Amino acid sequence: MSYMEELKKRVEEIEQGGHEKYHKKNEEKGKLFARKRLELLFDDDMDIEDAFFANCMDGSLPADGVVTGIGKVNGQDVCVMANDSTVKAGSWGKRTVEKILRIQETAMSLEIPMIYLVDSAGARITDQIEMFPGRRGAGRIFHNQIKLSGRVPQVCLLFGPSAAGGAYIPAFCDIVVMVDGNASMYLGSPRMAEKVIGEKVSLEEMGGANMHCSVSGVGDVLVKSEPEAIEYARNYLTYFPQNFRQKPRTVEAKETTSFEKSIRDLIPENQNAPFNMHDLIKRIIDEDSFCEIKKKFAPELITGLARINGKSVGIITNQPRMKGGVLFPDSADKAAKFIQLCDAFNISLLFLMDVPGFMIGTKVERAGIIRHGAKMLATMSEATVPKISVIVRKAYGAGLYAMAGPAFEPDCCLALPTAQIAVMGPEAAVNAVYANKIAELPEEERPAFIKEKQDEYKDNIDIYRLASELVIDAIVDPDELRNELTKRFSIYESKNTTFTERKHGVYPV
Amino acid sequence: MTEVKANMAGNVWKIVVEKGDTVEADQDIVILESMKMEIPIAAEEAGTVIEFKVAEGDFVNEGDTIAIIE
Repeated sequence: MSYMEELKKRVEEIEQGGHEKYHKKNEEKGKLFARKRLELLFDDDMDIEDAFFANCMDGSLPADGVVTGIGKVNGQDVCVMANDSTVKAGSWGKRTVEKILRIQETAMSLEIPMIYLVDSAGARITDQIEMFPGRRGAGRIFHNQIKLSGRVPQVCLLFGPSAAGGAYIPAFCDIVVMVDGNASMYLGSPRMAEKVIGEKVSLEEMGGANMHCSVSGVGDVLVKSEPEAIEYARNYLTYFPQNFRQKPRTVEAKETTSFEKSIRDLIPENQNAPFNMHDLIKRIIDEDSFCEIKKKFAPELITGLARINGKSVGIITNQPRMKGGVLFPDSADKAAKFIQLCDAFNISLLFLMDVPGFMIGTKVERAGIIRHGAKMLATMSEATVPKISVIVRKAYGAGLYAMAGPAFEPDCCLALPTAQIAVMGPEAAVNAVYANKIAELPEEERPAFIKEKQDEYKDNIDIYRLASELVIDAIVDPDELRNELTKRFSIYESKNTTFTERKHGVYPV
Repeated sequence: MTEVKANMAGNVWKIVVEKGDTVEADQDIVILESMKMEIPIAAEEAGTVIEFKVAEGDFVNEGDTIAIIE
């Protein structure tokens, strides 16, 4: 064989990945070949690939089960690693791990995003001494991820299993997109759970995509197919800069979608009646620009990326339609991570408040609602990006604090005319203050007395009174809210502050 | 058969459909009152309401079954 023939033959073999039967098996499950996934991810082909010949002396392990390289997504360079599950189920050998480490280190020195396309059974037990414990062992992958965190965007697309230690790759990414039915994460498989702790459980129930995206919150976005996952990632990256030194790109501004009902008609006067906050979001953002994160997890709080006048904005808002918009341990966690994500990459924050407060009762106290709530307050407080809070309706108790109330240095705190700020709502307040008095009164006199006291209370917390006391910065016509936000975000763009000087805080995790 | 469950602790304020009614997915079945807020609880799937496990005024905890839909 000539030199050229040998090169051609070897390249062709490696490009095909593992044995035909594994390709077939994947196809049956709706899974694409690793190189096909990359074709869909990049604008064109991958520009460069390194260690293509990894482990080529073996012959049965093309590229050692992982493809690493750089290509363009929306015109910007990104680093990728893509497990090839047709090669020993995408398991990690010594060279697999070294390849992953090198592409991460490239992402670090070039300061460009790192995308992980995960579909792997985990460590190759036969190679454990070479790939598990040492300085360049698998642990280093996570060490690198932690170093990259907040420096460049890290995205995980989960197409298959991510088992045992491998499950930490998604955990350290900014966002995890999971394909329903195929993607899973778990530290120990159902078989292991049965052997070791005697639990009988299905994979879907213990570590499936739906579970992780709605119960554990380790997953962020649930999709039906691989192309959908890849499309989500391409769109998600349009809201981000390449790294923490840059600002997100501004795209062409769009009008909002037009609706018959305006914001004024949308908000019920009764503070306790539910409405759908998504309807309000749609009326202030550029058309079709909402990219929701953790839609199925803790839905009483909505988090998502959007654009206002072509600029990226992270929106955090209570959803009165779900659990009354009350804050729970999970909603506080969800907010904390999202705020950190936006602040890390210079994406302005918008808080839309309609919050009765944090949940009370035994269940949430035992779940540590105080420390989870503290986490949300800490991240919100530390965020130094332009930060606007809008009181849509009620802002009661610590809910006002957690949603970037005036004490937490938002660039401004706006109120709609329907806003109501108080330690607690009128019903609860009158109960708390006059409980004994109410009990003493004859029953027929109680309703009138309660009504009188509630009215007094409402006058006391009147929104114009709070504006008069400079608690809020402006009262805005709901239908002018988008214009007001456009102007203010544009003006606050030059904001340049440091939160405080220290090594780092001691976080209430 | 699916169970409609309370997503948070509270009191059953209003039952808005009747036993035997056909309901759509996402249609409200009952409204709880909790944290002074109205909390609508909707059916996850379409079907017929065959049984209520609660009455108006009852306290329910998170995860308690409210109704059964077939």
